[in-house]
Amino acid sequence: MQTNFFRKIIFDEKSRSLLIQTLVIGLFALFIYLITQQTAYNLEKRGISSGFDFLHISAGYDISIRLIPFTSEDTHLRAYFVGLLNTLMIAVCGCFLATIIGFLVGIIRLSSNWLFRNIAYVYVEFTRNVPVLVQIILYYSILLNLPKIKQAIVIFDNFYLTNRGFFSPSPIFKDGFSIVAWSLVIAIIFAFFLKRFLKKKQEESGKQYPTFMINSAIIIFTPIIFYYIMGMPLEFDSPVLKGFNFKGGMVIRPEFLGMLFGLSIYTAAFISETVRSGIISVSKGQREASQALGLKSNFIMRLIIIPQALRVIIPPLTSQYLNLTKNSSLGIAIGYADLVHGFGGISLNQTGRAIEIMMMVMLTYLTISLTISFFMNLYNKSVQFKGNA
Amino acid sequence: MTKIKSLFISLVLTLGVSIAIAGSHGSTHDLVKERGKLMCGSNTGLAGFGAPNDAGVWEGIDVDVCRAVAAAVFGDASKVEYVPTTSKVRFTVLQSGEIDMLSRNTTWTLSRDVDLGLEFVGVNYYDGQGFMVNKSLGVSSAMELDGASVCIQVGTTTEMNLADFFKANGMSYESVPVETNSEADAAYTAGRCDVYTTDASGLYASRAGYPDPSAHVVLPEIVSKEPLGPAVRHGDSEWADIVRWSLNAMIIGEELGITSANVDEMKSSKNPEVLRLLGVDAGYGAMLGLSDDWAYNILSQVGNYSESFEKHIGPNTPINIQRGLNALYKDGGILYAPPFR
Repeated sequence: MQTNFFRKIIFDEKSRSLLIQTLVIGLFALFIYLITQQTAYNLEKRGISSGFDFLHISAGYDISIRLIPFTSEDTHLRAYFVGLLNTLMIAVCGCFLATIIGFLVGIIRLSSNWLFRNIAYVYVEFTRNVPVLVQIILYYSILLNLPKIKQAIVIFDNFYLTNRGFFSPSPIFKDGFSIVAWSLVIAIIFAFFLKRFLKKKQEESGKQYPTFMINSAIIIFTPIIFYYIMGMPLEFDSPVLKGFNFKGGMVIRPEFLGMLFGLSIYTAAFISETVRSGIISVSKGQREASQALGLKSNFIMRLIIIPQALRVIIPPLTSQYLNLTKNSSLGIAIGYADLVHGFGGISLNQTGRAIEIMMMVMLTYLTISLTISFFMNLYNKSVQFKGNA
Repeated sequence: MTKIKSLFISLVLTLGVSIAIAGSHGSTHDLVKERGKLMCGSNTGLAGFGAPNDAGVWEGIDVDVCRAVAAAVFGDASKVEYVPTTSKVRFTVLQSGEIDMLSRNTTWTLSRDVDLGLEFVGVNYYDGQGFMVNKSLGVSSAMELDGASVCIQVGTTTEMNLADFFKANGMSYESVPVETNSEADAAYTAGRCDVYTTDASGLYASRAGYPDPSAHVVLPEIVSKEPLGPAVRHGDSEWADIVRWSLNAMIIGEELGITSANVDEMKSSKNPEVLRLLGVDAGYGAMLGLSDDWAYNILSQVGNYSESFEKHIGPNTPINIQRGLNALYKDGGILYAPPFR
């Protein structure tokens, strides 16, 4: 009976592979366990304290680029969230801008205009083959050479361009502005349903409606009408030069702009290649068939080519988004207060908790990346061939 | 690239610490002797304190402490390999054992001494945090800096002092964090910030390198205590003693008037402390596990504290720093070494 049991484990393919897999996982778990133990032992032996208590002591330093209030009395944990939000901000803005530039350049590269085509070609080859860090530092250095604060370039009276950032008036929302904001939301929802309704009608009758124009008008004019009905509940706080710096208003810092330009211009070059290959991948017959049907050329692009190209574009586009997000950690080079710079740099140095902090930073990037992948995969599924075809 | 690299190194080193089985039982002193040279963590480049000169040889008062230790251990002050460290990775590099000692304008604080597993062995420069501004701003006191943009090196005590100072005086500021001294210089001279703050010694060193040093003024306020000194790993007291007394030997050398020029004559001095220091009265070297002429080697090859100071950062150098607090206790400063007996 017992020999049978072992015989079965060793000679049966299924249970044998199960055994081996269990062993491998067990060894791996043991390895992790030993490393953790050894780390704890070595840290203790060297008199280095460890643990996550430091998260609740005050950080003691200030962060200028932030989306939520932060003072030196706030905790390291809050500094973590400030950094996380800055990382997400640059990632979102960067992906957005990179996508727009990337799609434009990708399409231009297939243009029949020799000049445009080759300008796009030079752009792609240049930015793609220079390290992104070098580009970030280049753009940042250029921004630092803008006029000094006292000699700011004035645009439309209330906007100022200096090497300390781009200063603009900030909106002050007064009572009743929320109604204007809600009217915009409702207009968008209405436009969405209107589009579906008109599309259905078009499918039934074959008559075309200027859906885009109608919806644009709805979305733009509804809030404007409500804005005047509510008695213009919006004021602006203009920046004024007082002492060393501008007071009031809003500012976009050169560190943010340097990162934004560097990351998006670099990543856009890759995205444009993805877009180009996606468009080329759509078989020539599709274009010829649509031309034969008498479709206008921008209709061909929008309705026939792009939807099919997206199937090819989305998976590599996802990996470009991931690259951009991870590259945002280069903010450390120009002092952009992202997760690695603030929490992973300054907090690390003040507290000496290198392992704990780096673990947290790593897990955070992992989470962000997996989230991006998850949503991009969902989107990818939605653009793939439907049905059994 | 250095920032990314240094961050990477710090990560790898910390992980390395954990993976390396605790095998380094040998004392640092034995390890150094076996290797034949001293691994000394220095600044990446701070004129007068630790920076390579035109010929690529490291110089400065921090570097002189490394040289003194090498002179004490090997009898040859040149047997040092310098490992440039940023403010961010310096402690990790020391903890992991890549260097034997850190002599790199590092402030001695409680948490670093206790929490980071380090041992500060003394103070070779009493410093304090100051502010430098362009003269054209017409600022004469740090109390007038409300609303200014301030360039600051990250990973230092300076950040916290800055936050405290502005908060305590009810002023606001924009912090512009930079990674190294040279980046701070670039941002400050480009006008990205109005103020550059770091240890006053660092401000003087930076200013000396600007195209027009006289256009910049270091404000009178010193907002912190920054005792800068060499550090070693915690738990190896014999090695800590060697580094501590190498520094003390330079200070005592000045106190007793022993210079690199007269050290041979002083061997025939009548002062018993001089004779003990120079090893004419034998026995003191052995207590440290060194040869009896260890302090003689330091003073003849490196010189005393005053010589080091005058050569690298004194009034006759571009750095132009007065002795001030760093004068001997009997000359009005607070530099004081325990007696050599």
